[in-house]
Amino acid sequence: MAASWSLSGALKSMFARDTIDADTWSDLEDALISADFGPDITDSVIEELRASVAKYKTDDPTDLKRMLRETLEERLARLDPTLTLSARPAVVLVVGVNGVGKTTTIGKFAKFLVGHGRTVVVGAADTFRAAAVEQLATWAERGGASIVRPQQQGQDPASVAFQTVERAQRDSIDIAIIDTAGRLQTKSGLMDELGKIRRVVEKQTEIAEVLLVLDATTGQNGVAQAEAFIQHAGVTGLVITKLDGSAKAGFVLAVQERTGIPIKLVGQGEGINDLTGFTPHVFVQNLVG
Amino acid sequence: MIMATFGNLTDRLADTFKNLRGKGKLSEADVDRTVREIRRALLDADVALEVVKDFTGRVRERALGHEVSSALNPAQQVVQIVNDELVTILGGEARRIEFAKNPPTVIMLAGLQGAGKTTLAGKLSKWLAADGHTPLLVAADLQRPNAVTQLQVVAEQAGVAVFAPEPGNGKGDPVKVAKQALKFAKDKQHDVVIIDTAGRLGVDAELMKQAANIRKAVDPDEVLFIIDAMIGQDAVKTARAFQEGVDFTGVVLSKLDGDARGGAALSVASITGRPIMFASTGEGLDDFEPFHPDRMASRILDLGDILTLIEQA
Ligand SMILES: Nc1nc2c(ncn2[C@@H]2O[C@H](COP(=O)(O)OP(=O)(O)OP(=O)(O)O)[C@@H](O)[C@H]2O)c(=O)[nH]1
Ligand SMILES: Nc1nc2c(ncn2[C@@H]2O[C@H](COP(=O)(O)OP(=O)(O)OP(=O)(O)O)[C@@H](O)[C@H]2O)c(=O)[nH]1
Ligand SMILES: [Mg+2]
Ligand SMILES: [Mg+2]
Repeated sequence: MAASWSLSGALKSMFARDTIDADTWSDLEDALISADFGPDITDSVIEELRASVAKYKTDDPTDLKRMLRETLEERLARLDPTLTLSARPAVVLVVGVNGVGKTTTIGKFAKFLVGHGRTVVVGAADTFRAAAVEQLATWAERGGASIVRPQQQGQDPASVAFQTVERAQRDSIDIAIIDTAGRLQTKSGLMDELGKIRRVVEKQTEIAEVLLVLDATTGQNGVAQAEAFIQHAGVTGLVITKLDGSAKAGFVLAVQERTGIPIKLVGQGEGINDLTGFTPHVFVQNLVG
Repeated sequence: MIMATFGNLTDRLADTFKNLRGKGKLSEADVDRTVREIRRALLDADVALEVVKDFTGRVRERALGHEVSSALNPAQQVVQIVNDELVTILGGEARRIEFAKNPPTVIMLAGLQGAGKTTLAGKLSKWLAADGHTPLLVAADLQRPNAVTQLQVVAEQAGVAVFAPEPGNGKGDPVKVAKQALKFAKDKQHDVVIIDTAGRLGVDAELMKQAANIRKAVDPDEVLFIIDAMIGQDAVKTARAFQEGVDFTGVVLSKLDGDARGGAALSVASITGRPIMFASTGEGLDDFEPFHPDRMASRILDLGDILTLIEQA
């Protein structure tokens, strides 16, 4: 069985040395690349650290480790991770590519909100994927939320979204969370469909949050995903799922910095309670140790 | 923050090669510059770092070596070497499914959560049915909410039979279901059995053991590892974990209809030595084809038309 990989493990050899030398920098580069930071961010982090090391005239690897932790944490903490859910109803649209964990996240999120005394309705606007509606219904039941289903097979997803918001307004439900079908960001027809869902809902009420779900195992394609979904769906927050695996999701730093959209939630398992808010400190601790 | 933007590798290499034109032999510095560009492009394409190091090392060695070709100038030779090496790792000819001498042929699917296993079960069964086979889909993912329903819907869309004796959603034993399925297939004369399993993480020892137990119970002719083309550096750890855990016989690359460069293909093929057999290219059940190593090579490096590049060099 492969042991859980960690950047801290990869960095061990680097910090085992007495002084910072050429090997230290090349080990650091390897470690950042292996955590999916990507070549661009890796270069920029290393450049920054080289400057700090020169400025503080240190050659102690322990200092370098602290600086690494600080710079990553500082860069990740530049944006505000707070969810805005004060509107009534607060409408949350959940989007992303295929199989990243949208429907599962909605189940967990509903449970979390219900646990905090909110009423929740979920809308099954994925009318495409086989058994997507049934899957969401199972999660809604587990999470203590009600559900709005399509009335017929293959119904227009925008009309399901409309009916979900309508239900929330009529029954004074606090929060409406709308599930959408997975779609690759390169499919323009499907991306336009998201725009339509948005416009239809916006006629009823302002959308509180559009959450883009990103899979932690993703590599550099995550940036392209974020850019396209921001353009078509007006994303307001990121959710990183599957952080319970061996992937460390370093690509999210590039996503945050290029798009200015904060990470708001983190998924760490298939159980209904495996969802937390995003804390840069914890994320970096998990990475660097 | 400054984010360097590079053109694709074709452009970058074309630039590098401009300086090399007319030279009889590449200097070490020339080769190093070119290899650096290639390294960068591979990392941008999510090829695993250890594979990149290995690969660029080999390219460098060959480029500096005395492989004399009268037809190509040095720059052209580098491109040729890169392409050859890529295609070699990705596999020359796509391997076909090994059918059992005594039917049914048993194919087990495994992979991370959301990789595309259940969809692939539908695609594979439809493809085999069109070829005169009588496949049976087996619902052995009893964990993910409504995975059984999903497989039933997919089977109906593919027009094939499904064996789903347990409701799932946490109820039923997948090992037992897989075993029963073999008997059912023999009785009903299905010549291929395709077993859908739950998604699992490489680090999940318990679920990996379960997959191994399913494998032990049905002794499959093929175990296909389905991997998402968008995966990053984690491809290595995950592929190793599945190889140790269930020991797959072939790889399927999914979601190749997007714009991910698919460095995972190179990583997994290189790390595990298992052939990539199929490419999954969409959500529809017909979006599926045998894998083409040469197309994948130019996709990973964003090389566009390699022949054009060689002509320009
Ligand atoms: N280990 C782990 N698995 C997860 C997590 N979130 C979701 N999953 C699993 O990932 C798979 C896909 O999840 P879904 O919620 O169906 O993903 P989706 O984005 O709705 O998929 P589509 O609707 O098909 O695009 C399922 O097997 C989930 O159980 C997580 O945080 N950790
Ligand atoms: N665009 C695209 N989507 C795909 C492809 N293969 C599967 N999908 C989609 O990816 C999502 C997940 O596919 P599934 O077949 O449910 O994946 P799985 O591996 O069975 O997932 P779990 O059982 O949850 O582990 C669904 O939305 C599929 O429609 C593909 O080749 N291209
Ligand atoms: Mg879904
Ligand atoms: Mg499945």
